[in-house]
Amino acid sequence: MSRFVWPLVVFLVLVVFLAVGLKLDPREVPSPLIDKPAPAFRTTLLSRPEQAVQREDMLGKVWILNVWASWCVACREEHPLLVEYSKKGTVPIYGLNYKDDPKAGLEWLRRYGNPYTESLVDRDGRIGIDFGVYGVPETFVIDRQGVIRFKHIGPVTPQVLSEKIEPLVRKLNG
Amino acid sequence: MIPELGHLLLLLALAVSLVTGVFSIAGAQKGRADWMALARPTTWVQAWLIVLSYVCLTVSFVQHDFSVLYVASNSNSALPLHYRIAAVWGGHEGSLLLWVLMLNLWAVSMAWFSRSLPMTFVARILGVMGLVSAGFLLFMLLTSNPFDRLLPAAPDGRDLNPLLQDPGMVLHPPMLYMGYVGFSVAFAFAIAALLGGNLDATWARWTRPWTTAAWIFLTFGIGLGSWWAYNELGWGGWWFWDPVENASFMPWLVGTALIHSLAVTEKRGGFKVWTVMLAIMAFSLSLLGTFLVRSGVLSSVHAFATDPKRGLFILAFLVIVIGSSLALFAWRAPKVGLGQRFGVFSRESMLLVNNMMLAVACGAVLLGTLYPLFLDALGLGKISVGPPYFDTVFGLLMAPLLLVMGIGPLARWKTDEPGPLLKRVGFAFFAAGAAAFATGAIAGHVSPVATGGLWLTYWIVAGLLVDLKARLLPAGGQPGQVVDRARKIPRAMWGMFIAHFGVAAFSFGVAMVKTYDVERDVKMTPGASTEVEGYVFKMEGVRDVQGPNYVAARATITVEKGGQLLTTLYPEKRIYRVQQNPMTEAAVDTSVVRDLYVSMGEQLPGGDWVVRVQVKPFIAWIWKGCLIMMLGGIIAASDRRYRAKQASTVTGGALAEGAR
Repeated sequence: MSRFVWPLVVFLVLVVFLAVGLKLDPREVPSPLIDKPAPAFRTTLLSRPEQAVQREDMLGKVWILNVWASWCVACREEHPLLVEYSKKGTVPIYGLNYKDDPKAGLEWLRRYGNPYTESLVDRDGRIGIDFGVYGVPETFVIDRQGVIRFKHIGPVTPQVLSEKIEPLVRKLNG
Repeated sequence: MIPELGHLLLLLALAVSLVTGVFSIAGAQKGRADWMALARPTTWVQAWLIVLSYVCLTVSFVQHDFSVLYVASNSNSALPLHYRIAAVWGGHEGSLLLWVLMLNLWAVSMAWFSRSLPMTFVARILGVMGLVSAGFLLFMLLTSNPFDRLLPAAPDGRDLNPLLQDPGMVLHPPMLYMGYVGFSVAFAFAIAALLGGNLDATWARWTRPWTTAAWIFLTFGIGLGSWWAYNELGWGGWWFWDPVENASFMPWLVGTALIHSLAVTEKRGGFKVWTVMLAIMAFSLSLLGTFLVRSGVLSSVHAFATDPKRGLFILAFLVIVIGSSLALFAWRAPKVGLGQRFGVFSRESMLLVNNMMLAVACGAVLLGTLYPLFLDALGLGKISVGPPYFDTVFGLLMAPLLLVMGIGPLARWKTDEPGPLLKRVGFAFFAAGAAAFATGAIAGHVSPVATGGLWLTYWIVAGLLVDLKARLLPAGGQPGQVVDRARKIPRAMWGMFIAHFGVAAFSFGVAMVKTYDVERDVKMTPGASTEVEGYVFKMEGVRDVQGPNYVAARATITVEKGGQLLTTLYPEKRIYRVQQNPMTEAAVDTSVVRDLYVSMGEQLPGGDWVVRVQVKPFIAWIWKGCLIMMLGGIIAASDRRYRAKQASTVTGGALAEGAR
């Protein structure tokens, strides 16, 4: 075989990869935590700093964990949707106030409305690290046994809520 | 009516371009003069049809015709006129139309300026360009028609992406496309040479100005994009190794290699196969770039459309165009021959190093860009390759390139003695090193990376000076003859000197800004001030401003140094009404030695603002370097010998005409 054929061969290999790549969604980032028990945590509530809370307290119910912060612009985008959804009362939404000043966090909830049953304080971001948080906001659905069943990175959109989160919550509540 | 007319014109253009493609190439193969004679007129007709179609789309934008889907998605009744005209290429469909328009402008200028070329050759070139044009028109008509109607019409448009509402962005895509598509001429030349089986110095001389012209546009387009990102994205960065940036950078790297390789082919008849390969590569990478941007296989800030049908079409198109040209290459390249031999130490060998380094650098960028895709396709997980990879690998690859750049132009063609040459430049090399250390000492601290970069930068300049001195004032020469000697140096060579000086200016800017850049995020309230590198930034106040289609918070920040007012900056945080996107408008004060860069972050609940203040030494040299490179290209492309009317049958003549 002539050595002038090599460019063609290399190109054809590249084409195969590009063809496979067409079927993949580059925006989908899988979480290694899906279907794994939620990591253990121990922290306090944003509204009542004297009240401790840990992973075990949450067992026995389906709940949503939404990571937010007062400094996060994208959180403001999804916020009205969460407030609206929380009014339905189908599932408790817990906030994780990530790397935030508690005072700023409370002020932010006062201004934009509070969809959260409670917000957990994660001042130094340790819980966020354990949950594998890439960026704020992120949203997790956790089942009765404390297993993470779903994760969404970025602001929750009406589509994600109605097509992914709501059916899943209904199924888990079964 | 106008959109339908535009659509019809596109259909006609498709038919005409198929005629151009098929008849010209078949005519050249069969030696039918009557078929080949069609090439020029059909190219003109095709170009006019596309120009008119483009005008139709522009008219729809200007008249706010929101019954056209593309207009409704990319314009708004509040959008100012100049942005409405620019919005034509603000989205996927329109930028394809712009691409085809550019392609046809190149084809028409090829038809116009090719009077001295043999007809079979012209027919093949125009035929190849006609086929490429047909492919793109087919793509537009099948998957992305800009004239699709939206019925009932939208009451108002979605508005142009706010990122694109900036003067720099208005020019950036057309320049980039001119560059991308310009490589289609070199590509067509290469295919014509392979089909005809002859590739000689004359061929290289015809190809050179076209390649240089495309390279000039691409350099300008990339530089402008970088400058725009710096001013508009508000991070103060100037290059992000984003997949789409890489997509434009890869053809540039290969195009630069092609320019140098063509020089060898013209002067020495060497590097023939390599030149053809690079010409095919440069255009293939332009097409691949389009695929990466349009298909959505890679995620990027630039991603316009993620429609698998489009992706599949472009992939098929890639396979046909690149696959068939590489197959043609595999079949015909052995006929072209390898060309003249040369010594281990010669200008050819230096240029070979240049070519290898540029090609390898392009390969490294391609690998980094596609690596996440490879892993994902093989099911090995999702990763992203970031600037650390690119900075390291690219920096390491550029070092030998710059080293050779300092000495390469001094080496003689064919074979040279290393000893005397190294003795000539030895002093220059160590002087450059001393200057690099001195620069570090003046700047505050000597860092290894910056010193290495500066050493290479000064070394290029020192090499240029040694070369110029030898040419203008050789040993025993009279100072009075300098002007006379300068006139005798061909323009192509002046162009090379200037372009290399541009590279030096560019790498000087990069070395300085990478090392001595200072960045501070501060909380500011009106009345507060902060000091960075001796500059006192004081926030005088923040007020709300109304733009035509946005509202903004505009801060007034004064900058003082040593108690003296230097300038007043007005950074803005804008919210565009329709898309509700927040945008940061950075305020920049540029001088020769530094940029002061201020951008607004978030407003804190207490009313304070987070403000990012940066002092960036010599950053403007990066873009000035690009402009100087471009100027070098313009001077080189204007060399008189490219415009010589004769030479259609001369084959060996060009060899004798060399600069040395």
